[in-house]
Amino acid sequence: MGSGEPIIEIKELNFSYRSTEPVLEQVSLTVRAGQSGCIVGPNGGGKSTLLKLMLGLLTPDSGTIRIFGKDPVSARRSIGYMPQYHQLDAAFPASVMDVVLMGRITPRTVFAYRKSDRTAALDALAELGIAELAAKSFAGLSGGQRQRVLIARALAGEPQLLLLDEPTANIDPGAEEQFYATLDELRKKMTVITVSHDLGFVNRQTDLVICVNRQVNLHQAADFSPQAIDEVYHHHVGMIKHDHSCFCCCHHEEMAQ
Amino acid sequence: MTMLNGLIFAPEWGFLRFALLIALVLSPALGVVGTMVVTRRISSLAGASAHAALGGFGLALFLERVCHLNWMTPSLGALAGAMLAALAVGLISMYAKEREDTVIGAVWAVGMSVGLLFLDRTPGYVDWQGYLFGNILLLAETDLYWALALDLVVLTPAVIFFPALLAVSFDDMFARLRGIRAGAVYLGMLALTALTIVLLINLVGIMLVIALLTLPAAAAGCFTSHLKSMMVLTGVFNTLFICGGLVLSCFLELPSGPAIVVLAGGVYILSLMWKKLVK
Repeated sequence: MGSGEPIIEIKELNFSYRSTEPVLEQVSLTVRAGQSGCIVGPNGGGKSTLLKLMLGLLTPDSGTIRIFGKDPVSARRSIGYMPQYHQLDAAFPASVMDVVLMGRITPRTVFAYRKSDRTAALDALAELGIAELAAKSFAGLSGGQRQRVLIARALAGEPQLLLLDEPTANIDPGAEEQFYATLDELRKKMTVITVSHDLGFVNRQTDLVICVNRQVNLHQAADFSPQAIDEVYHHHVGMIKHDHSCFCCCHHEEMAQ
Repeated sequence: MTMLNGLIFAPEWGFLRFALLIALVLSPALGVVGTMVVTRRISSLAGASAHAALGGFGLALFLERVCHLNWMTPSLGALAGAMLAALAVGLISMYAKEREDTVIGAVWAVGMSVGLLFLDRTPGYVDWQGYLFGNILLLAETDLYWALALDLVVLTPAVIFFPALLAVSFDDMFARLRGIRAGAVYLGMLALTALTIVLLINLVGIMLVIALLTLPAAAAGCFTSHLKSMMVLTGVFNTLFICGGLVLSCFLELPSGPAIVVLAGGVYILSLMWKKLVK
């Protein structure tokens, strides 16, 4: 592990919105083929900004960012992205199939999708174990189901890199185990980078823990210690060791207050 | 029955039959545009565009009568005002990161005030009330051709680019990541909305045009969960509301615009109740 081709390569990247304080400072980070990572850090620490930089939605002030050796905009076709679903209109009139097919759209898609697009969309749904939802209305689904549909949409484009923003935020209680198992399956096929403010998500299968709080620190998941978490969050973090797939779990002090 | 006979055959109801025909012809375009306005949440932008149309209308009428620019017709002015307002608000919200609702409020009020000031200084009689509240007696044969042209202009891109329209309306950032020019699709939507607004003004007037672009689609949204079927149902509702409202207004001697809108609002409330009860 860790000796493959670089999938994500960031060197001395700086970024700020307008001329305000830097959001990300001197960030260097490499994720290689075969590795997967979890981006963690406090709210406002720059997690989503880092993700948007990887997608080419934002441009760094200085430094470089290469995805598959290309600039992020040219690499987009190989990236599957799942946004946080609360950014979407929950009442939008679309079926699950409509939503997943959006993952296949290209500027040349006119009139309707091709048969091959439909097959790929159905395969993506099957991979997430929700093929039976294809004809259902997206608006009628539970939070966890919507999350899966949006991951299926990201997968439908047959990406080599999957970026998931808060994939566990709305997971239905009881469905967690199954969901983690699905993600583990995906990690075997492609590089999966997840963003989470919930350290419970830092999974045993995750090789890299990317701690983002203006600066970025990399940890091998195996070395991820309470001290490392304290370093990121700058305050004491209560930890509970999970006996199943979770590596650790934390409660912010401010949450307890 | 005699009423219905009168409606179909009596020569004095000719203007009503003509208005109903125009409503029928407009319905495909209204189905598509109404659905876009509601799902893309641009109803207040559409309202600002409709009120800015009065600015263009007043300026054009002033130029026509005072400066004798004969090619400058009030309809052309209204179209320019509505289009300019819609695209300006769209571009400002895309690039300038201003508060969109503030910009919309400003365009809405200033557009209308500019129109009223010019109308005040325009000599001769101006039926600006008809412009504000609609006057189906103003409908002319050219309105029918314009309505047919609107169908063509709205339906052609909507059918060809339906996948992109759906993807951009649902999640424009994701569509952009897939290489879709989401900004261009959005501005296209705004331009078609402005065009539709100007053609609707004669039917229901500036004040109420926004109702016709939102209420039928909002009611249709209670019964369907697909964008395509929502567009069809919105078109059907539009026809029903406009025709129903016009017929009611003629037989009960009510102003036509408000009759249409109150009918549409009533059905919307019933649709919401149906949705709550069934789902």
